[in-house]
Amino acid sequence: MAEVASWKVKTGLAEMLKGGVIMDVTTPEQAKIAEEAGACSVMALERVPSDIRAAGGVARMAEPNIIKTIMEVATIPVMAKARIGHFVEAQILEALGADYIDESEVLTPADDLYHIDKNKFKVPFVCGARNLGEALRRIGEGAAMIRTKGEPGTGNIVEAVRHMRTVMSEIRKLTTMPKEELMAAAKEMAAPYDLVLYVAENGRLPVVNFAAGGIATPADAALMMQLGCDGIFVGSGIFKSSDPAKRARAIVLATTHYNDPEMLAKLSQDLGEAMPGLEISSIAQAERMQERGW
Amino acid sequence: MDGRIKRRIGVLAIQGAFREHRKVLEELGAQVVEVRSKEDLPDLQGLIIPGGESTAIGKQLELDGFGDRIIEMANQGIPIFGTCAGMILLSKEIDKSQQYTLKLMDTLVKRNAFGRQIASFEADIPVKGLQGDVRAVFIRAPYVMETGSQVETLGEYAGKIVFVRQKNILACAFHPELTPDSKVHEYFLQMI
Repeated sequence: MAEVASWKVKTGLAEMLKGGVIMDVTTPEQAKIAEEAGACSVMALERVPSDIRAAGGVARMAEPNIIKTIMEVATIPVMAKARIGHFVEAQILEALGADYIDESEVLTPADDLYHIDKNKFKVPFVCGARNLGEALRRIGEGAAMIRTKGEPGTGNIVEAVRHMRTVMSEIRKLTTMPKEELMAAAKEMAAPYDLVLYVAENGRLPVVNFAAGGIATPADAALMMQLGCDGIFVGSGIFKSSDPAKRARAIVLATTHYNDPEMLAKLSQDLGEAMPGLEISSIAQAERMQERGW
Repeated sequence: MDGRIKRRIGVLAIQGAFREHRKVLEELGAQVVEVRSKEDLPDLQGLIIPGGESTAIGKQLELDGFGDRIIEMANQGIPIFGTCAGMILLSKEIDKSQQYTLKLMDTLVKRNAFGRQIASFEADIPVKGLQGDVRAVFIRAPYVMETGSQVETLGEYAGKIVFVRQKNILACAFHPELTPDSKVHEYFLQMI
């Protein structure tokens, strides 16, 4: 008997995206550029994070036509974002046929207490995290893929680095603990005990972990890969730069060849202007997207 | 082949599930080389093209004579095994697409043939020459629509061809690297 929407099938798609770049796109034309550049998936959005940040107000799920027209042209998987806790937006995205749902802090949260019960859905979910506890809570709710949050729409890599280093360092710590310390560790990081045990035994998350939030150059992508992530999300970094097709291509190649400095030097050349960056301290605490969710 | 000498197998590591293939091959006693450019190809006794996105992988094979070098290897009789995206990349023709492929197998393959991600599934399928069913994980999987006379069908699901061999070239639409059962990889290693 065929088993649809199993955990293996949900986490399996994320496994297939590894070593690749997932790009934010707002039009079918941008989706074609992304696919031509070698993106492994696209995120269909109404606005990229830097424009959401600039526009202010409430950011919601994209209008269905945007997602549908992008699904029509893309042969690679199409992801879409739902607000944190907004399970009806997620139901709509599943009905539209999105391949992955990002329960995302880039949009304005719909629920300040609870995230979506992701196990209820056939479509797999990716969620953001700033540390291991947050990642394991999301996996406990059914997320089949994790991305570190970074600070979206800034073109500033510092928060992405902080979050990836935090997750990796917390994983390493668990692997050195004797078993009797693990329950206390689970209590301290407010994470499900069975998942803490898994990480302690295997030295990695039970699902794929991408980096996101602030990646703007091939060097940024390679930095995150060398820090131990499985792949890259680029939001505003591509279509807010002066030559999106060329930059997209260079970031894709840098993600594959992240350990080859000579190649990275070549890829970093003649790309035109990167997106303008934002200093994190210039963003008021209340406007930092990474603080959304728990 | 002398069992005491480790077989040296390449896994194409441009993008996709190369880590999982590496793990299975190492458990079976092979020496694994992650292949990111044509410089990694010499002295391999076999090559696996993993699941991933066939356009993303194909875009890099087009560069710098990388794919051409793999075609030469295949013509020298070196076994090559493609899973999912790998099956697409080995096929001569792709339904409704002009994307780059290596054209090493006389097949017409349809991409995302079982539907989008919500239609992805796993099932037990019989495979010719293998004892017992194989647990086959299909993720936005392709299937083979047409085969040439040199192509042998090894497995089908719901009347669709999902496992094929043409001499030294092997391809399946599913992901044997995602299950603990290693018999499909053992079959490939026996081709060497």
